[in-house]
Amino acid sequence: MSSEERPVLLKVEGLKKHFPITKGVFRRQVGAVKAVDGISFDILKGETLGLVGESGCGKSTAGRVILQLYSATAGNVSFKGQDLMSLNKEDLRKQRPHMQMIFQDPQDSLNPRMTVGSIISEPLVEHGKFKGSERRERVEQLLESVGMNREFTNRYPHEFSGGQRQRIGIARAIALSPEFIICDEPIAALDVSIQAQVVNLLEDLQEEYGLTYLFISHDLSMIRHIADRVAVMYLGRIVELTDSETLYSTPQHPYTQALLSAVPIHDPKHEMNRERVILTGDVPSPANPPPGCHFSTRCPRAEKRCFEESPEWREIEPGHQVACHLV
Amino acid sequence: MSTQASILQVENISTRFRTQDGYVHAVNGISFDLKKGELLGVVGESGSGKSVTMMSLLKLLPMPPAEIVSGTAKFEDQDLIQLDTNQLRKIRGGKIGFIFQDPMTSLNPVLTIGYQLAEPMREHLGFSRRKARKRSAELLELVGIPMADSRLNDYPHQFSGGMRQRVMIAIALACDPKVLIADEPTTALDVTIQAQILDIVKRLRKELGMAIIWITHDLGVVAGMADRVAVMYGGFIVEEAPVNELYANPKHPYTQGLLKTLPNLEGDRAKRLESIGGQPPDLHQEPKSCPFAPRCSKAFERCLQENPSLINRGKNHKVACWWNSDSGEKV
Repeated sequence: MSSEERPVLLKVEGLKKHFPITKGVFRRQVGAVKAVDGISFDILKGETLGLVGESGCGKSTAGRVILQLYSATAGNVSFKGQDLMSLNKEDLRKQRPHMQMIFQDPQDSLNPRMTVGSIISEPLVEHGKFKGSERRERVEQLLESVGMNREFTNRYPHEFSGGQRQRIGIARAIALSPEFIICDEPIAALDVSIQAQVVNLLEDLQEEYGLTYLFISHDLSMIRHIADRVAVMYLGRIVELTDSETLYSTPQHPYTQALLSAVPIHDPKHEMNRERVILTGDVPSPANPPPGCHFSTRCPRAEKRCFEESPEWREIEPGHQVACHLV
Repeated sequence: MSTQASILQVENISTRFRTQDGYVHAVNGISFDLKKGELLGVVGESGSGKSVTMMSLLKLLPMPPAEIVSGTAKFEDQDLIQLDTNQLRKIRGGKIGFIFQDPMTSLNPVLTIGYQLAEPMREHLGFSRRKARKRSAELLELVGIPMADSRLNDYPHQFSGGMRQRVMIAIALACDPKVLIADEPTTALDVTIQAQILDIVKRLRKELGMAIIWITHDLGVVAGMADRVAVMYGGFIVEEAPVNELYANPKHPYTQGLLKTLPNLEGDRAKRLESIGGQPPDLHQEPKSCPFAPRCSKAFERCLQENPSLINRGKNHKVACWWNSDSGEKV
């Protein structure tokens, strides 16, 4: 996968999203939650970029800012060479069919009062694609392509299990034949035996339609399976980015190392002999991140410099970027 | 471990819920033994009945709609199922401790941590206020909360999720329980925080020597913690074995399937995940056949007609399946 030259589909540069904290009657701004604090990466056409991190690290916010569901505080997002942030509303709307999102909780992201048919056809109606019986045919074909019965169009979301609802969400996301889909924890709410079904479906669709994914998850084993390259996020910043082979075999950033060692492995013999890096303390608040390296307060190897200077985001080997003073 | 005496003997527990569309058969005749000092992992997906089973033992379910249809649970010469609320109250939080999944909702937000920690000791052990407070501080230290003494006056919202779960563990341990039931205690936590909690539990287990029932859906957590594992599906235990045996040699098609669907963190990267087709069982139907049969690749006629019972297939390895995975024979 890595050797062939692929064009860059999406470029993110220095992206920031700060949510203001306001106080008093005049809503004076007294601070900001720095949910995303300067992240940069490229996504190549046809690849899956995994974005991992723990809750509150800003990975979901990053996804939403990229799709312009939130307006960014600073930075650039360009999709196929076009700067999304400079577009006006109408032009942005025209770009939307190319970029879609699959949400975490299929319970919340499907309108309980709409039938499956109207949920899936909504984007088609909105963007004026297909008419009348053609549209109906398209919806049925979409249902079939996500492994569901085409007769389900008149049913409501509550009639389906979690895994099936997620399939409906996927059908809606691919309805407009997008090129790029952000999957925001698409399997986190599903049972283990159903997760594999949904991941396999996403992979099949990728192969069939040449989709590009940004796969946001906290499940490191699943990311390893699905992603070509992986970015690890901590407290609003990306600390390490490389191909998944390298990341899992030779992680360089102390946080990546700790994160990988904390994941339980389903093999008791292996578990017994594993050496764990157990991090002390909790993730600091993104409203008040530590100066210097954000990970410095929990890093087992932190030195004086780590508490003072932010580490530079640099390439240590071709295609392997790390933000750490000690690497 | 297997030679030790049992501390809790559960037999044939069945629990159902009355709903508008008839009964939901959540637990359908569960039996297991908990040995002294052992950690029994109970694994299953949502709706498999793992929490309901354990909550039935201490009648922590709202009744109605819940009904315990049958079963006995022998703990120290008493049958827990037969006890009334007053008698159970002496056991809950005392000899049997409970840790719940969500540390955000299981602590009372308007009472200090110190009060909530002291409460079981004052109730069960008759400690004075001062003695309970001193012991509370020790407990917080035991679960690794720094500056324990001053934190006793704090309220739950002043603690992070991981810290709150530590407080829950401290409360559960307050009266030196013989049995600790932990219901998905780390599911709501991040992996690095989960690693901290698992580390604490492993350490405390060595120090205090209590028996633990650890309910989880995470086969990874169980692999590193449990001595013995019971796998649940559709309100039944479908397989039960010592931990190494279960992972090395799973015998029930469901366990086999489940282990294969998991992606690896190390080693070879599978081109495609194996998956178990179909959907989890509908618990509205009274289970008269094997609950896994509709999704099972090995199923034959008998599986759809009769429910297999949990029988021994060597080395303390119990399986409830009509298909013998060793010989390939249909029983």
